Amino acid sequence: MRHIISILLENEAGALSRVAGLFSARGYNIESLTVAPTEDPTLSRMTLVTSGSEGVVDQIRKQLNKLIDVVKLVDLTEGQRIEREMLLIKVRADNGGERDEIKRLADIFRGRIIDVTESAYTIELTGDGGKLDAFIAVIHPRRILEVVRSGVIGIARGEETACRLSA
Amino acid sequence: MGFAMKRGGVVELTGAEIFVQCLKDEGVEYLFGYPGGAVLHIYDALYKQDQIQHILVRHEQGATHAADGYARSTGKPGVVLVTSGPGATNAVTGIATAYMDSVPLVVFTGQVMTHLIGDDAFQEVDAVGITRPCVKHNFLVKDVRELAVTIRRAFHVATTGRPGPVVVDIPKDITAQKTDYVFPADPTLRSYKPVTQWDPQGIRKAAEILLEAKRPMVYTGGGVILGNGADELTALVRWLGAPCTNTLMGLGAFPASDPLFVGMLGMHGTYEANMAMHECDVLLAIGARFDDRVTGDLDKFCPHARIIHVDIDPASIQKNVAVELAIIGDARGVMRDVLSALQASQRRLDKDALARWWRQIDAWRARDCLRYDRDNVDVIKPQYVLETLHRLTHGDAFITSDVGQHQMWTAQFYRFDKPRRWINSGGLGTMGFGLPAAIGVQLAHPQDTVVCVTGEASIQMCIQELSTCRQYDLPIKIVNLNNRYMGMVRQWQEFFYQSRYSHSYMEALPDFVKLAESYGHAGLRVDRPGDVEPALREALAQRDRLMFLDFITDQTENVYPMIAAGAGHHEMHLSSDRELA
Repeated sequence: MRHIISILLENEAGALSRVAGLFSARGYNIESLTVAPTEDPTLSRMTLVTSGSEGVVDQIRKQLNKLIDVVKLVDLTEGQRIEREMLLIKVRADNGGERDEIKRLADIFRGRIIDVTESAYTIELTGDGGKLDAFIAVIHPRRILEVVRSGVIGIARGEETACRLSA
Repeated sequence: MGFAMKRGGVVELTGAEIFVQCLKDEGVEYLFGYPGGAVLHIYDALYKQDQIQHILVRHEQGATHAADGYARSTGKPGVVLVTSGPGATNAVTGIATAYMDSVPLVVFTGQVMTHLIGDDAFQEVDAVGITRPCVKHNFLVKDVRELAVTIRRAFHVATTGRPGPVVVDIPKDITAQKTDYVFPADPTLRSYKPVTQWDPQGIRKAAEILLEAKRPMVYTGGGVILGNGADELTALVRWLGAPCTNTLMGLGAFPASDPLFVGMLGMHGTYEANMAMHECDVLLAIGARFDDRVTGDLDKFCPHARIIHVDIDPASIQKNVAVELAIIGDARGVMRDVLSALQASQRRLDKDALARWWRQIDAWRARDCLRYDRDNVDVIKPQYVLETLHRLTHGDAFITSDVGQHQMWTAQFYRFDKPRRWINSGGLGTMGFGLPAAIGVQLAHPQDTVVCVTGEASIQMCIQELSTCRQYDLPIKIVNLNNRYMGMVRQWQEFFYQSRYSHSYMEALPDFVKLAESYGHAGLRVDRPGDVEPALREALAQRDRLMFLDFITDQTENVYPMIAAGAGHHEMHLSSDRELA
């Protein structure tokens, strides 16, 4: 099963490689991983998407918690959550009909065209992974010039702050 | 050292002086190391003091193993200092050895100047990167003001929770810079909180399950020794009246001379221990991690048992084996609490069931699974050497070993009654461990008998440390079981590769007696069974010099009993002429 794990990590050189190294050394799956500093500059937030049997994911959580640089860890899969991923996609759009159609599709998906040339559009789109997949699917593969995805970030729904240091 | 005192008792020191002061403040007695360019400032600071004794090894692997032997035999952290580049890489085998067996080490590696890091400078390696997968944690010190607190934290992390090695990488310029030194009172890290309390509910539940047992079994590992829980284990097992088995790492936690002890379990464990594991209905596992050499085929492991697992590391729980009850906590404290709960209960174990269980165990014991050709007068049986060693030292020596057949025979035949007496590389299986480890043990226990049991293949992996033994006059006794083969490799090739002995035969062996003599030690070659006891007596009587005993042993002897990798506990080979159990 797919799990989305949110981690507060010491914002130190080498912390990221401890996590990445753990996954490669123990043969765990890693679907995506995003990291950025938090409002507290000594901490980074890492969101990690992994999959495996319950036993394997249990081990992943325990092994991550064992890393000294991991300050706090929450498996967002255990509760209500919001997931978002950003897509930047460059598509060929070099005649009037195509340009209109892509503009329309982007609107339907609530995407934004953020760069325009005579022959191409670059579109920004956020949503969960399924929505981004769906958007890519409706664009003819021959038109797709480049796809860049951010990897998933997530947060618990409601007032709950699943992963705050003070919590 | 004469330091310029500043206001309020604060002194300004160089990084190198801070290093030395921190080690003194941690109570370090011995520093095992080898100098080199990146650590010369530190070596200069060491020269100016005499509180910490530096032990100069001949190879950095030896430094880590010696510190490891010191740590395992005392419970205190072993401390190592090596230079950058090859100094660090040579130390890696010893660091990984300590990591696999959860031994507290603090290893300081020199590093090139801060501004050169990443430039492929002379003797530069990414020590933090290389050691990352085999340390509990590691640090790179980039500011001299962080040095003292980092060292303090390194000792804290290495010695608390599930212990392990910690590496501190110190660039050379940091050791020259000056800052005010204040002993950092607080070593804690916000992200590191070792377990100090456990669930009282779990304790009660454990007592309940144990009291329902008809065929109870206690299985303990290195965690009981690391956690100084031997007395608590002994009290608990005796109260239960249950059979107790130890893993290779756990030997000595429960006295081998106690009738409740059924021997080591696992691949080369006793028939009675493995059969009792297979047939027990309640298994209490303490400080053990269900390693593949212990469990064999997981699908056939303890098929009838309700399992209680006590471990300080949450990641050990449910890793290999699903258990009914897990208690995350310190082995010693948990055992003490479980015993109190048992004593407080109105219930008692079913005495009749327990008596039936022991009749069954005694029947397994009667198979005498460790039987060997004891009376052979033509060729020395390795088991006989170890039995004799046990008898002559009254089971009270510190024994280190290398890896292979001699290690298994020592585990089987030197019946350890006390913890921290059996010093061997269990997890990583590092050949070359025994001799340098014995250096650390002998330094920590100068009045005690320290024996390194080894083989002619293993001993050559760190033979250079004979020179260190001479420098510090360490009267270690080396028992070399010389069968002119890499015995365990040869055994597997005999069993599983139709006796094709591919590169397991040692040609061009040195004359070990002359070799020992050339290092300034005494040596003796023994090739007749009748000479084994006199030779051991002579070596043990030498209180002030190292003696190298080269026993020429039976080339074809195999370690029995044996469970082939991937088989179940009930599927043992007892010997070449005794069938599957």
